[in-house]
Amino acid sequence: MRRVIAAALFFAGLLLLWQGATMTGYWSPVLLPPPRGVAEYLIEGFRDGTLEAAMLVTVKRLLVGYAIGLAIGIPLGLMTSTSRLLQDTMGALALGLQTLPSVCWVPLALIWFGQTEQAMLFVVIMGTVWSAVIATDAGARSIPPIYARAARTMGSDGFDKWINVIIPASLPFLVSGMKQGWAFAWRSLMAAEIYVTILTGFGLGHLLHYGRELSAMDQVVGVMLVIVVIGLLTDKIVFSPWERFLHRRWGTGRIQ
Amino acid sequence: MAHHTGHDGAPPSRIVVQNVTKWFRTSRANVHALDNISMEVAAGEILCLVGPSGCGKSTFLDIIAGLTRPDAGVVLSDGQPIEGPARNRMVMFQEPALFPWLDVFGNIMFGLNRNPALTRQERRRIADDHLRLVGLERFRNAYVHELSGGMKQRIALARALAPDPHVLLMDEPLAALDALTREQLYGDIQRIWQSRRKTIILVTHDVREAVCLGDRVIVLSPRPGRLCEEFGIPLTRPRDINAPELASYAQRITAALKSRLPKDES
Repeated sequence: MRRVIAAALFFAGLLLLWQGATMTGYWSPVLLPPPRGVAEYLIEGFRDGTLEAAMLVTVKRLLVGYAIGLAIGIPLGLMTSTSRLLQDTMGALALGLQTLPSVCWVPLALIWFGQTEQAMLFVVIMGTVWSAVIATDAGARSIPPIYARAARTMGSDGFDKWINVIIPASLPFLVSGMKQGWAFAWRSLMAAEIYVTILTGFGLGHLLHYGRELSAMDQVVGVMLVIVVIGLLTDKIVFSPWERFLHRRWGTGRIQ
Repeated sequence: MAHHTGHDGAPPSRIVVQNVTKWFRTSRANVHALDNISMEVAAGEILCLVGPSGCGKSTFLDIIAGLTRPDAGVVLSDGQPIEGPARNRMVMFQEPALFPWLDVFGNIMFGLNRNPALTRQERRRIADDHLRLVGLERFRNAYVHELSGGMKQRIALARALAPDPHVLLMDEPLAALDALTREQLYGDIQRIWQSRRKTIILVTHDVREAVCLGDRVIVLSPRPGRLCEEFGIPLTRPRDINAPELASYAQRITAALKSRLPKDES
């Protein structure tokens, strides 16, 4: 309860600060919209369904791209962790491409796929896959070898060992990798939506883009808020409980 | 397969080691770990191997476990050459090596789950029996990190015994524990051995521990590991680690150990 109050006070303070800044009149309301304007945009956007529709389109793209990215990245990471050859080849490629900001994939995606849904997906997958590879690889490498030895003496080998020992043992690293992958997927999708204007679906990034085109700062700030809230909620609803579960099992995460 | 509980488990195995030699080749050095080792371990015997660190005793245990292949020689278990790990030879390591993603019960079930001859109910019953055997039934659903060091090794012991192996291989399983906990575990191991009759090969650098537990104690020399002396310990069980009868054996074995050390290390 205390934590909820502290958080509420903090955000109320931020809101007040924002309100105060707009009231000084130092910045034009076109550049710095007042909280009230943004709130009106949000209410209107949710009432006429534009925001829900855009959120649905965006989250759907995100989930599909993220799932495909993990489905490719996690097995690849497991493979690079076991073979020197794959580490030197695939692993090096992953490391290199992970440092590439995902927005850099947009021009390439546009030329390859045109203004299509595939271009969007491609950018999200490229944003997810490499960090998934690297996190999985690091996770599998950090497992104490004694686990695999103990598993072998108890009759666990090959596929069973991967499923029941290596992957569970590297779960704490996999989760942080998946979280990082999620953040990357989210960033790349926004970049893609801002730059790829397609007619098959109007996402949050597009709302942002057109808000800028129309100099509708209420809309720009409102959509940014929505994006932040989605990211925060995913963390609190999906990743945090999972991390807490792992901390409880492993007896980690209590530094204070 | 026989019953898995109580006092009538699988019969212990006889282990025969013939001319086992092992080298470790790294980019920097070739280490001669074991040199032409031959020995026999009778069915149901507790054999202790003592030696200073670097004498290859853990490697030797790995070879019997089937985790490492020797460069020359063979190890036979009941006449069959050992070619890999098997359910009838279980290992207790110096670290408990319990899996943190499973609770205590799940850890004991791990080996049982990989035995297709058992039904689900049998597995659960055997796991519970072994929890009781080591006196930790109250910790059935505890997480691994919630256990003390001694409790962890007890669970590791239960996990190794649950699949009803013929041979139990122990690689300094008590070395990291405090003296009092270790003493309790000496009692547990002797009690369990008397009711379950496993062939046990225990590797240790603690001479008193070897005398307390072993029917025989074999001294290994370092670099390369060679068998050098053998001591029979005809004391009655259960033995107390602090009993004065143990001291004279320990003294002789320690002397044998010291005489094998290179001059600059003793």
